[in-house]
Amino acid sequence: MRKMRRKGLASMAVQTVASTSNPTVDLGPAAALSCRECGHQVPLGPVFACEECFGPLEIAYDFSAYDTEELRKRIEAGPANIWRYAPLLPVPADVADKPNINPGWTKLVKADNLARELGVTGGLYVKDDSGNPTHSFKDRVVAQALEAARAFGFTTLSCSSTGNLAGAVGAAAARAGFRSCVFIPHDLEQGKVVMAAVYGGELVGIQGNYDDVNRFCSELIGDPAGEGWGFVNVNLRPYYAEGSKTLAYEICEQLGWRLPDQIVVPIASGSQLTKIDKGLQELIKLGLVEDKPYKIFGAQAEGCSPVSTAFKAGHDVVRPQKPNTIAKSLAIGNPADGPYVLDIARRTGGAVEDVTDEQVVDAIKLLARTEGIFAETAGGVTVGVTKKLIESGVLDPSLTTVVLNTGDGLKTLDAVAGTGLTATIRPTLDSFREAGLA
Amino acid sequence: MSVTVRIPTILRTYTGGQAEVAAEGATLAEVIGDLEKNHTGIAARVLDDQGKLRRFVNVYVNDDDVRFEQGLETATPDGAGVSIIPAVAGG
Repeated sequence: MRKMRRKGLASMAVQTVASTSNPTVDLGPAAALSCRECGHQVPLGPVFACEECFGPLEIAYDFSAYDTEELRKRIEAGPANIWRYAPLLPVPADVADKPNINPGWTKLVKADNLARELGVTGGLYVKDDSGNPTHSFKDRVVAQALEAARAFGFTTLSCSSTGNLAGAVGAAAARAGFRSCVFIPHDLEQGKVVMAAVYGGELVGIQGNYDDVNRFCSELIGDPAGEGWGFVNVNLRPYYAEGSKTLAYEICEQLGWRLPDQIVVPIASGSQLTKIDKGLQELIKLGLVEDKPYKIFGAQAEGCSPVSTAFKAGHDVVRPQKPNTIAKSLAIGNPADGPYVLDIARRTGGAVEDVTDEQVVDAIKLLARTEGIFAETAGGVTVGVTKKLIESGVLDPSLTTVVLNTGDGLKTLDAVAGTGLTATIRPTLDSFREAGLA
Repeated sequence: MSVTVRIPTILRTYTGGQAEVAAEGATLAEVIGDLEKNHTGIAARVLDDQGKLRRFVNVYVNDDDVRFEQGLETATPDGAGVSIIPAVAGG
């Protein structure tokens, strides 16, 4: 890919990187780490915070060699997983040949029944990431972190997790031959605990909420006890986060290389939403989609809504909250990318909204009933927020809209535990008729 | 009041590589001021130009995030542990 001829895309080189390149690390087009706050650059390495201002480091790429049409053809001829976009990710060119769980290229479901129910006329789609190997979008981000872990010589893969990530790390480590040791709040849904434990790695419950787990992992990383560990969402976070760009790439390619008009994204840390925006911007700059406006909407549960609270109050900083919601995969009370989410929602003309736990459950059932998609609570949050935003006139039903479902409902069965048998009958036709089922 | 401050990796250039250092102060602001006296330059990494905690820095006094308490005016009782941690996203 790097041999592709140069054709007027020199401006895609994100920043000047000559003085900060790390020649010993091959992560494809990734050229350096750049601070999102102050622009300070450092060589590619297992670091995540700017030494100048504590701002988050993210990948600076050199896409200058790419020709738009050659790139499009290469992507379309690529494997039916995220590695079709390897030229746009921090991974080596031969990534598809390495042992990994090959996530992505999940279904973009045209949700006509749900559209009728919600009054959407411009086309409604559900990007259903429950179809990933461990049934959540986390496989996308872990796959990037795994390649970084390989590049930096780590042999233990770890994370702080609200559950989905723990399973994704366990599975990726098992396939790649890494040790895994992951940390979760001790009171997670049983389905997520089992899904994290079954891959054979170590699973440690921390007595506290996700923010406590995150704090613990951040301290472990600076301690000799954590030396040599690749924490996918801490010291490998700049690489990990890039995986969410693939959601944007896939949505646009599946729409026929077209930007959606509106996209509704769940917010936990806010990282996914910011990277979806980054992915859309890259496609525009690379000429793979037409440059036109799009709106990004963020969705939270009312019981953990620090970003929507800040959005509605007109603030540009996010005040942390103590989470209390059934949407545990979104229960991050101190979302690190919250300020960036606010920037993006406002810049694109979108919004950030929240729904109650009751509305989350109703939305899970609505999506299941109309489209045959059983979403986890985070999917209930996005569908519920979509409904609320349409009803309040904020989301335009005449425009093409994509709603993300980031995980499988089987992970959060407790949320819909009241759903059960319609009737219990004797095994006779009379009993069937008596129950009014004929 | 004497407290123990846990220093993140990216600030250890200011503490000679030490992961924990002792500091004095009855509030977080005083503790950071005392850190600056002994490890010049560290305060500017933690505080912005207006003297507020940078938005990507999390500080805990014992188990409490100071943003839920009184920020820089949070009390630091004798023997407390203060942790300075870069904010990270996850899930």
